[in-house]
Amino acid sequence: MSELHAQTVAYVRDTMLPQAAPPMRQSGVVLWLRQNLFSGPLNTILTLLGLAVVWFLVSHFWPWFSHSVWNASSMAECRQIIAERWGEGATGGCFAVIRERWNQFLFGFFPPSEYWRPTAAFGLMFFAIAPVLFTESRGLRWTVMAVAAVLTFAFCVLLGAPPRVLAVLAAALVGLTALNEYAHRGALVFSLLFPFLAVWLLWGGSAWGPACVLAGFVVGFAVWRVLARFGLFAVAAGVLAAAGWWMFASGTVAGVLQGVLPVALPQVESRAFGGFVLAITIGVAGIVMSLPLGIILALARRSDMPVVKAFAVMFIEFIRGVPLITLLFVASLLLNYFLPPGTNFDIILRVIIMVTLFAAAYMAEVIRGGLAALPVGQYEAADALGLDYWKAQRLIILPQALKISIPGIVGTFIGLFKDTTLVTFVGLFDPLKQMADTIRATFAWKGAYWEPYIFTGAIFFILCFSMSRYSMYLEQRLKRDHR
Amino acid sequence: MTDPHPDRSADRRPLTVSDQVAIEIQRMNKWFGTFHVLRDIDLTVHKGERIVIAGPSGSGKSTLIRCINRLEAHQSGRIVVDGIELTNDLKHIDQVRSEVGMVFQHFNLFPHLTVLENCTLAPIWVRRVPRRQAVATAMRYLEKVRIPEQAHKYPGQLSGGQQQRVAIARSLCMEPKVMLFDEPTSALDPEMIKEVLDTMIELAEDGMTMLCVTHEMGFAQAVANRVIFMDQGQIVEQNTPHEFFNNPQSERTKLFLSQILGH
Repeated sequence: MSELHAQTVAYVRDTMLPQAAPPMRQSGVVLWLRQNLFSGPLNTILTLLGLAVVWFLVSHFWPWFSHSVWNASSMAECRQIIAERWGEGATGGCFAVIRERWNQFLFGFFPPSEYWRPTAAFGLMFFAIAPVLFTESRGLRWTVMAVAAVLTFAFCVLLGAPPRVLAVLAAALVGLTALNEYAHRGALVFSLLFPFLAVWLLWGGSAWGPACVLAGFVVGFAVWRVLARFGLFAVAAGVLAAAGWWMFASGTVAGVLQGVLPVALPQVESRAFGGFVLAITIGVAGIVMSLPLGIILALARRSDMPVVKAFAVMFIEFIRGVPLITLLFVASLLLNYFLPPGTNFDIILRVIIMVTLFAAAYMAEVIRGGLAALPVGQYEAADALGLDYWKAQRLIILPQALKISIPGIVGTFIGLFKDTTLVTFVGLFDPLKQMADTIRATFAWKGAYWEPYIFTGAIFFILCFSMSRYSMYLEQRLKRDHR
Repeated sequence: MTDPHPDRSADRRPLTVSDQVAIEIQRMNKWFGTFHVLRDIDLTVHKGERIVIAGPSGSGKSTLIRCINRLEAHQSGRIVVDGIELTNDLKHIDQVRSEVGMVFQHFNLFPHLTVLENCTLAPIWVRRVPRRQAVATAMRYLEKVRIPEQAHKYPGQLSGGQQQRVAIARSLCMEPKVMLFDEPTSALDPEMIKEVLDTMIELAEDGMTMLCVTHEMGFAQAVANRVIFMDQGQIVEQNTPHEFFNNPQSERTKLFLSQILGH
């Protein structure tokens, strides 16, 4: 009888094995340490080296941080306090500069009596994005809105908003929350209206100005709708009607309406914008506009039409081949030569356009990657069902391509937001450099370098990290194919 | 090779079943670059006919049926589907595509949509059917392919055979006049082939006009009116299944049959 006998006889299983539980995962701190940090000589050396580096950094930074002073009126006073408390030669952070000048880091030269306006705009922004970004989870949507509502109201009170404003704001916050709960479509309408509201809150002036700009879109849409059956002609007519409205009618109508029913906030010039109000204004506008533009460019680059494709390739490659700073200089200096004399084309608007174009070129390539990753069968299945190009893109291709591109898209968003600090080169007061320089230019805060950087860096980190976390949440939520 | 429905034996089926023409192809040629994939194809498909297209790989059978809904464009000759000639006119192409259902080898379901959404999408967006009605139609066809209980799952959660049946239901929801099958069982495990073929046989019994590219010769014997054998981009032989299998005429057909039926 050979040893192979067990394998050679016929065998029939008479009972199927039930599912068994997986073996218990071995756990414990010591085991984890041994497996991950001290699994071999090389690993042990690297662990010890890592610890030494961490110790070196902390041992230098911690005394400076723990000696920090939060209450002082000048850099000199800070140094004096530190010397008194910790002895001559001790170093310490002077975060008193932040305590004294936080408002300038956040609001730039915005009139202090109007600080509530950017605050309210920032808070209301969450009501505009909640119905778009948190569609699936009611709990999350509620949390976002509740936190935004409470904080917005509290900060507006602290920043000294007039009682009349507070009453309107409270009503708006409650109303918007209810709108989100009971009428999702209504909430989306607010998302569309929000840009105009934000422009009005930030720059002030007559509310009829932004309202009449908005009316231009309505006019254009109405014309298109009436002529819709003429196809491309209707689109052209709609665009012309809107342009005509903006050029000839909008200003007059706004003036008349302002005369009849004045609704106005004190005007704030673009020069007064600075700090995070500036960074967030440019960043949010750039993010919101670069995504649709990037999608159109990506589709154009994959188009069968040679002219469209060539335009997209040239645009993308030109923009990507040029540093953002160059584009910003073009926006601030060169455009003045090309525009008809006397036109007053707002500098922030010019910068927003350039930042948007810049980010859109990168966005287009990120999205093109997502489009290329889709199996050709998806295009064929959409075609075979009789969906036309735009319907196939909207319903089948883009939802999948954008999902694939989420990490890249959010990466571009984060890059764009941090790049807003480059507006320092065209004389705008970005929070990181120009605003800090301005504060250091005063005699009292000469020499405050680390503290402003740490403060602005922390705020940038919170905002960028939030975007990153949201993208992870979104990826998780949209994960459907491999369940 | 056993006939699953012996009562409807192959030789009693007529060659054509109606006078109405569903698809008319005349002297159609197609090239991929310089490669002549389809050469002088002439084919008339009548309403209610079930045609199986067989042939070695690379013979152009898939390309032929992909030309019928313009997933591939032909370069010369005419293709007329349900009275509409296929040209570069996008409107005509979309019109033809909405009347012609297609089932692919790799299912090509939309992974980001549920089974039900896969089925209702085209009726709602192409045919402008009200959502409620589209859902009712979709459920009816999902019942027909025997997976109504999977309606709210995503395609990634289903087996291959189930996915292919969803793909068939998705096409049927557009109430097509013609169904094209491009090797519908080639990507399936042997155990799942039967469930898909059973669905296709039922469809044939309902009188659907069908063109199937398949290697399932049992299916051809069970339901086809006509078997078309292609080689090197040409139609080499066409006949009733009975004649095709029992009395093949050309040498190429005999060789093909001996190779696929030889073991």
